[in-house]
Amino acid sequence: MGLFGKIIAKITGSADASAADWDELKTALLAADLGPELSNEVVAAARSVRAGSATEAITKALTSSLCNESREISRSISGPTVLLIVGVNGTGKTTSAAKLAAALASDDSTVLLAAADTFRAAAVDQLRTWGERLDIDVVHGADNADPASVAFDAAQQVIARNMDYLIIDTAGRLHTKNDLMAELGKVKRVVEKILPVQEVLLVIDATTGQNGLTQAKIFTESVDVTGIIVTKLDGSARGGIALAIERSLGIPIKWVGTGESVNDFARFDPAAYIQALL
Amino acid sequence: MFDSLTQRLNGVLSSLRSRGKISNADIENTCQEIHRALLEADVALLVVNDFIEIIRERSLEVLPTLQSGTNQAQAIFEIINAALVEILGAQARRVRFAKAPPTVIMLAGLQGAGKTTLAGKLAKFFADQGNTPILVASDLQRPNAVTQLQVVGESIGVPVFAPEPGNGIGSAVKVARDGVAYAKARQHNMVIVDTAGRLGVDEALMNEAIAIRDVINPAEIFFVVDAMIGQDAVRTARAFLDGVGFDGVVLTKMDGDARGGAALSIAHLTKRPIMFVSTGEKLTDFDIFYPDRMASRILGMGDVATLAEQAKKAFNSDAAAKLETKFTSGEDFTLEDFLEQLQAMSKMGSISKMLGMLPGAGQMKKQIDNFDDAEIIRAQAIVQSMTPLERRDLKVLNGSRRARIARGAGRAVSEVNSLIERFTQAQKMMRQMRGGTPQGLPPAMAGMGPMAGGMPRIQSPKAAPKKKSKSGNPAKRALEERG
Repeated sequence: MGLFGKIIAKITGSADASAADWDELKTALLAADLGPELSNEVVAAARSVRAGSATEAITKALTSSLCNESREISRSISGPTVLLIVGVNGTGKTTSAAKLAAALASDDSTVLLAAADTFRAAAVDQLRTWGERLDIDVVHGADNADPASVAFDAAQQVIARNMDYLIIDTAGRLHTKNDLMAELGKVKRVVEKILPVQEVLLVIDATTGQNGLTQAKIFTESVDVTGIIVTKLDGSARGGIALAIERSLGIPIKWVGTGESVNDFARFDPAAYIQALL
Repeated sequence: MFDSLTQRLNGVLSSLRSRGKISNADIENTCQEIHRALLEADVALLVVNDFIEIIRERSLEVLPTLQSGTNQAQAIFEIINAALVEILGAQARRVRFAKAPPTVIMLAGLQGAGKTTLAGKLAKFFADQGNTPILVASDLQRPNAVTQLQVVGESIGVPVFAPEPGNGIGSAVKVARDGVAYAKARQHNMVIVDTAGRLGVDEALMNEAIAIRDVINPAEIFFVVDAMIGQDAVRTARAFLDGVGFDGVVLTKMDGDARGGAALSIAHLTKRPIMFVSTGEKLTDFDIFYPDRMASRILGMGDVATLAEQAKKAFNSDAAAKLETKFTSGEDFTLEDFLEQLQAMSKMGSISKMLGMLPGAGQMKKQIDNFDDAEIIRAQAIVQSMTPLERRDLKVLNGSRRARIARGAGRAVSEVNSLIERFTQAQKMMRQMRGGTPQGLPPAMAGMGPMAGGMPRIQSPKAAPKKKSKSGNPAKRALEERG
């Protein structure tokens, strides 16, 4: 319970709150990276809600910012389910790919990982190390191989071996690099020649500021993002940007990462997330 | 999505400029706009408030002493600029070298900020200046961070001290201490210590960083931070300042479109200088931080200084002198010169990045984003498919030569035509400008005009055939034949 808790303790019953209280509340929302637009919106919504307390009003307003899309990983109707992991550099894609593989494998499913980050030095090794730890096979190519070809190989293998899931880890790329975004589009298209890509999961670092919105928008334009993974929520950042993305683009948050170990990964829990925002 | 800070401030200030006279209410409005713009640019709320206070105070002070509205708008603009430079660069300085070598530089920051890549860039930067750096792999946490550093070190020819394989094995403190001792023994004058990413709130890991610091006694500790970070920049920077402490800041991923925010917040709140910026994936995409340039960039005044510097680096003075003599002696600008310049420009790095530094580039951001750097390579291929005679004298380019060139370059004839058209324009411009290129821009840039904006393939309406004659231009002929 931080500053927010104090404010809420102060505002007893939303009707009694003063303008200064609401201002202070908005400040706290801004500090959680919700952004000026969503912060204004949430405060306005909370003020209009006739709730028993301000806590309730704010919770309601924040909850209504969430979208109604399913937060489950959607399974392919027949054949293996392919998941593509994308995002800007350093958000934790490789770690998330490994954690997700472990989470899916624990349901008695068979999972294959593909190391399509052929750009960053030693990224392939990083995923292979995870693969060894988790006892999950990792498909990889030669250094600087075409990522689309690695992904395609992996898709062929997952079919041949009759496995349940294929998780494709891709290289981090800034959304401002058109050529790299085009490369990502190619990875998806090439895989889709033999298997539908069921989910494209965008990894967002909880410390990301308002630039996260632009990231999500541009990644969606090029590979049609179907879900968000929020990472590093164990730090001091509250990850409000994820809510801003969900609100503005209607892409649901599906998983959250909260640490470096493989178990620090969980399905997104809206109530807990909003609780933590407060 | 919202506009960039530059675009927003431009909007605010152009509405100010159009007024005859600025009232106090105008200043309030301006302040509110700047407030929102800075928040959207991820400047921490605290800093935004301080900043706005400075602008408001100084504007109200200066305003009554000025006469016309334009002057007042200009004055406010300058106030904003000055305040930005003040916050960004009050502490600016160069790297401190230790009195007794080696100079030890320690990197610290959150996970994924870009420390390992930065370690390589720093090493290359200092090695290019004649230092003998060594990299020390003290990130034993992230799987294969050690391997990554080894690969980076190998690619720039800098030795890497990595006695531990990492992946959770070994003591980071011991590696750091041994690394410095190793450097001393081998007389390296600089040691760059890469450490594991850690959260500001992780006490155990922060203590490890402190322990590393205490055994290596670094001349500089750099806090490495992602330029895209949001409001948490303040908490994290404070946590690192109070924890391991730091002497300077390095901003990474500045080639994204999130610029300004974190830099302002961290510089203002920690009073530590921003030393370097990292601007791309290549190990040369790295530069010293210039507060005035950054402020200009934020204000949409362009970053001409950086552009000029890169141009100087890429166009070696010999080539420039040759071009100049050619120019003044009245010789014509040929396709060969054009090609030489294109090649020099591609050496300067991404054209879209360069165009983004030009004044007023904020407004044409969309076109710049769409600029395809591969166009240069294609243009090169086309010119290189010409014979020396063709390069010197375009008049000989008849239809069959054009068709051959197109085949040679693997492009369509229409692309050959469009390149020649662009070159002719550039050549015309050169003739007009004889006596000195304005702003010191390479002439090839001038010919670039029609290319920016995604290179509209030249399919001019006049290409429609007038009569049934077979055109000498194969592209046209093909059109004709198709009917």
